[in-house]
Amino acid sequence: MTTALVVAAALAVAAVLLVAAPFLREPRDGDDVLDRRDALDERRLELSEERDRALLALRELEFDHRTGKISDDDYRVLVGEYRRRAAAALRALEPKAARREKVDVQH
Amino acid sequence: MPDVGRATLLVTLGLSLYATGAGAWAARAGRRRLADSAGNALLTALGTSAIAAGVLLVALVRHDFSFTYVADHTSTRLPTGYTISAFWGGQEGSLLLWLLVLSGYSAAAVLLNRRRAPDIAAWSVPVLGGVMTFFALLLVVVASPFATQAPPAEGAGLNPSLQNPYMLAHPPLLYLGYVGLTIPFAFAMGALLAKRTDERWIVATRRWTLVAWTALGIGQLLGSHWAYVEVGWGGFYAWDPVENAALMPWIAATAFLHSVMIQEKRGMLRIWNVLLVVLAFSLSLFGTFLTRSGVVNSIHSFTQSSIGPWFLGFICLVVAFSLALVFARLPLLRSRTRLESLVSREAAFLYNNLLLVAFCLTVLWGVAFPMLSELVRGESRTLGQPYYNFFLRAFGLPLLLLMGIGPLIAWRRASARALSRTFLWPAGVALATGAALVAAGAGSSMPGLVAYTFAAFVMASIVLEFVRGTRAAGSVMTLVGRNRRRYGGYVVHAAIVLLAIGVAGSAYDTTAEGRLRPGQTLETGAWTATYRSLSQERAANALELRARVDLFRDGKPAGTIFPGKNRYFAEAQTSNEMAIHTDWLRAEDVDVIADQINTDGSIYFRVVVKPLVNLIWVAGLVFLLGSLVAMWPDAREQRRLAARYALASA
Repeated sequence: MTTALVVAAALAVAAVLLVAAPFLREPRDGDDVLDRRDALDERRLELSEERDRALLALRELEFDHRTGKISDDDYRVLVGEYRRRAAAALRALEPKAARREKVDVQH
Repeated sequence: MPDVGRATLLVTLGLSLYATGAGAWAARAGRRRLADSAGNALLTALGTSAIAAGVLLVALVRHDFSFTYVADHTSTRLPTGYTISAFWGGQEGSLLLWLLVLSGYSAAAVLLNRRRAPDIAAWSVPVLGGVMTFFALLLVVVASPFATQAPPAEGAGLNPSLQNPYMLAHPPLLYLGYVGLTIPFAFAMGALLAKRTDERWIVATRRWTLVAWTALGIGQLLGSHWAYVEVGWGGFYAWDPVENAALMPWIAATAFLHSVMIQEKRGMLRIWNVLLVVLAFSLSLFGTFLTRSGVVNSIHSFTQSSIGPWFLGFICLVVAFSLALVFARLPLLRSRTRLESLVSREAAFLYNNLLLVAFCLTVLWGVAFPMLSELVRGESRTLGQPYYNFFLRAFGLPLLLLMGIGPLIAWRRASARALSRTFLWPAGVALATGAALVAAGAGSSMPGLVAYTFAAFVMASIVLEFVRGTRAAGSVMTLVGRNRRRYGGYVVHAAIVLLAIGVAGSAYDTTAEGRLRPGQTLETGAWTATYRSLSQERAANALELRARVDLFRDGKPAGTIFPGKNRYFAEAQTSNEMAIHTDWLRAEDVDVIADQINTDGSIYFRVVVKPLVNLIWVAGLVFLLGSLVAMWPDAREQRRLAARYALASA
């Protein structure tokens, strides 16, 4: 029983130390902020996902066309559309555009 | 020793409660150090639950009957392997396994995602903590594996049907599957709580979902094989409530793995995907409830217990909380893109999802019906095999067909001309197969014939996909390497086809039965079984009665097998030990079951010939291969994702 109590106490102390570890070191400035992302970061993430989706779609269109699953006509229409989407997302992700959007977001 | 076990469970409960409370507070207040502290609580809980599991394991191996659990589930005569498997043979041990596996998954998920997606991970910690709190509470308050007693001289032993090598792997794999579905659930809820409905929760959890789904799939197949060789009726699936309990979350996860691709590629089905994750997790809890509460009549219900109301309450809480959260976040989840055509790959995925969910809910209704009928009418009425078989055909056959159609259609839209070109070969192969089968006399079972024709169509479409893809990519390695998920998925589809062929084969089973004396024979189809003699042998934990049976195919000797029964000493129970002769060339089994052994030496035998049944087990290997290909990390994709999230947080 005594051994069990000692083991249990040691376990509890070890658990408390591990759980308290993030508070045992001196914090740097701003170290305690969980997520620094703002509305602009959110927008950039959204645009990045949109860009990747459009680029992936282009890759798949190309592959489907080469394997004969999509007709030449459909390919031409869709490839133009997804190129436009990818280009729009890429343009919006450029630093200048991002700054412009930041101003829009703040207003 | 038991005190150490109890203390570690108490500490685990405290850590889980802290992770829930402090984690929620940290996420709400945006405090990083408190969030890290809550995450650390989950990591520490892995250590404490591992110690608790270690204590129970040592007690089992040492046959320490002062532990009530050890005395109730083992005996000194039980072989060491089964003594270890008794860990999950009883309720308290399996709940501890749930907790251990959950804390392992949670620790890994927290470690991998606390920097990648801190906002979502911070909210996932209290969700994971909440689930862990429930299991730790059950183990502390209701079903402690560390209850003690004055040690009896001998233990009660393990249920004989659990004394099978498959029981070493089947339950742990099922638990890896059930518990693994907690991770996508926690991250989906975390994303909704954080009001972040981008794709990071999917990126963070899709591999976990695949791991859980694969474990659940392989676990079920091992369970089927256990039932086939151990339970002694010669079947591999009986639509038993506990078998269905594992099937339902697997179906829901299958639907999610398909529909999540639509979200990744098109940004659609966001609400649907979250609902599927909630469904899969709730069904995994429901599955544990069915297995452990003893609420249903099942050959797998090894326990009758009082944890039922606790589980039911927790399931209701999870469903209510999840649905309320999804409802509150509906404006964030609405997609901005629409389906472009009803004839496209995403449309095929959608149809596949509708069929899978409909089938899942049908099975759920079948499982819940006895409980509901007892509640409403006071008498328990069960829905039998015809109910399930009807819906298996109604939903399964179109699903099989869709598995062949989907890969042949392009994303976004498909023209009639392109469709006719891509469908030509698979449709031709399917029609030729159907005609050949009718000519060979397989038309006796219409569902079997349709299943085989569809299976030929799917196989042809998979082969065609690989051939055309390889031509376009240059080599098969490049093809698979560039899109592991797609081609791994096709290998899994091939496994499902093999499974379907094996299952459909049961439509052509033949049986002969009768009471035989030594020297007498039974005949079915091309097979003859001759009973020669009866012998008995004393093993460590049982008396083994075995009949010697010679098998002949078309009059030629094919082998000797030994069906019989085991009479277990400690458990005072008898088990049927079916003997199986496998003809690998025809993928056919001959099962001989000694149903009744009489004192005069005569035996009532059943001989069942099961064509193609072995394809079911082969399907398991192919399934595992395809899953591994699909879940293998893709360096190119990881670079792309890393660049995306670095840019987004730049």
